[in-house]
Amino acid sequence: MTESKTIKNPRIDIQKIRADFPILSKKVNGRNLIYFDNGATAQKPKLVIDAISNYYENQNANVHRGVHTLSQEITVAYENARTTIQKHINAAHAHEIIFTKGTTDSINLVASSFGRKFISKGDEILISAMEHHSNILPWQQVCEENGAILKVIPINENGELIISEYKRLLTDKTKIVAITHISNTLGTINNVGELIALAHVKNIPVLVDGAQAVPHTSVDVQLLSADFYVFSAHKVFGPTGVGILYGKEKWLNELPPYQVGGGTIKTVTFEKTEYADLPLKFEAGTPHIEGGIGLAAAIDYINEIGIKNIAAYEHELLVYATEALLKIEGLKIIGSAKEKASVISFVVDGLHPFDIGTILDQLGIAVRTGHHCTQPLMNFYSIPGTIRASFAFYNTKEEIDVFIEGLMKAIKMLR
Amino acid sequence: MKIEEVENEIIEEFEMFDDWMQRYEHLIDLGKSMPLIEDKYKTEDKLIKGCQSQVWMHSELKEGKIVYTADSDAIITKGMVALMIRVLSNHSPQEIIDAKLDFIEKVGLTKHLSPTRSNGLVSMIKQMKLDALAYKTKN
Repeated sequence: MTESKTIKNPRIDIQKIRADFPILSKKVNGRNLIYFDNGATAQKPKLVIDAISNYYENQNANVHRGVHTLSQEITVAYENARTTIQKHINAAHAHEIIFTKGTTDSINLVASSFGRKFISKGDEILISAMEHHSNILPWQQVCEENGAILKVIPINENGELIISEYKRLLTDKTKIVAITHISNTLGTINNVGELIALAHVKNIPVLVDGAQAVPHTSVDVQLLSADFYVFSAHKVFGPTGVGILYGKEKWLNELPPYQVGGGTIKTVTFEKTEYADLPLKFEAGTPHIEGGIGLAAAIDYINEIGIKNIAAYEHELLVYATEALLKIEGLKIIGSAKEKASVISFVVDGLHPFDIGTILDQLGIAVRTGHHCTQPLMNFYSIPGTIRASFAFYNTKEEIDVFIEGLMKAIKMLR
Repeated sequence: MKIEEVENEIIEEFEMFDDWMQRYEHLIDLGKSMPLIEDKYKTEDKLIKGCQSQVWMHSELKEGKIVYTADSDAIITKGMVALMIRVLSNHSPQEIIDAKLDFIEKVGLTKHLSPTRSNGLVSMIKQMKLDALAYKTKN
């Protein structure tokens, strides 16, 4: 490691961290894997993989059901996982943490339940121009079903929300605001605390899509005063198929159940069902038990490194990569917000993102190409898609060097 | 030349290359040199949408043989499209329907046919065969 490439933050022991992730020593197309697609999903440390194996080898039983020892032990472990997550995002109560299938599922839950109870004809739902399809479509559906109107907060060329427009769009008709914490395509970090405070002045609740935020920044739902905060385990170095819906107790109690079935009830007769208290009211069926346990293991892992250390390290990677990319002729970075996470989207004059992504893949470099499930955003910038490199704390400046070299090679081949 | 013979010609052509870079450079050259589809055919109904890149394709029946023309917004996809056209164009509908297209695997480009690649190529091959079927039924 040359001196210029040494990361200033001594708290990140990069060699030790990389050794924790088995997949990082994999070869792809004969090259060392360089994984820059963390925005899509993050890799898993060995201890998360071990937690999942251990569950099946030693703990498997159904939760909340049996009197036998295994069932009781796993129920305790699963509820401990819930508490780990509660503490991590500083929720007031463990029962405000609902296990779901992921961010998309969490948003669908809120949209469906909130929509049924609180949205009617002529009401407005406010989202932003930089939302992932998962935070557009569920609301669009609610609007179609209930005759409500979807309103969109515009962004400027840098990819930042226009706050004056946001204020103007918050009206007496607005029933809920649904907004991303960090844009998966642009990397923009929205000041959600401010956005929530502005909505709360008018008593409008806010859902925050934290899928890209939880892996990279510290989140305090009470400090933000978020009414709903959602994220996926697999982007936080945990397993796929599990996610979190945080909701303020008051709201979760008011919302009707989403999916119903085993586990969600107190008493059932054919005439009437009395539903269980939180969180079980929203957790129908046997849950993704090892997913919840794996997520808690992942959160313990990142807390051991320290989310602040992670954020500082990733910011250095972002700055390093941005500087290198900007030196490439004809390359344009899409999204240059002042507050930005370690996500860089870019386009190269005259070249299609798919072609560049294909060549990089041959070089063992995994980036994402395409519209990133944000087609309205692509329309805003009038581009078919971008190439996106998104970094995690196990990535290095050396990897960025190889990536830049590969990118130059790809450009040379394609021109 | 029969479809299989064209396929073998392409396999031999690709065998000359030592590494992936040369194979892709060749593919890019093929893409660049492909005769373009006439603009009047670059319409929505000729568009085969992929998640990543798009393909426009037009077919005509000339003296019992199908002639395909196409274009793509991505050059590597265009190279693949050029290969497909070279293999299938100027053959009878029945020959096209029967074509196995083994060459794709043999020249090491199979990964472009996996559904996750979503470059529109799988849909394009399907469309080429569907067109052949339509011409066959019509006659």
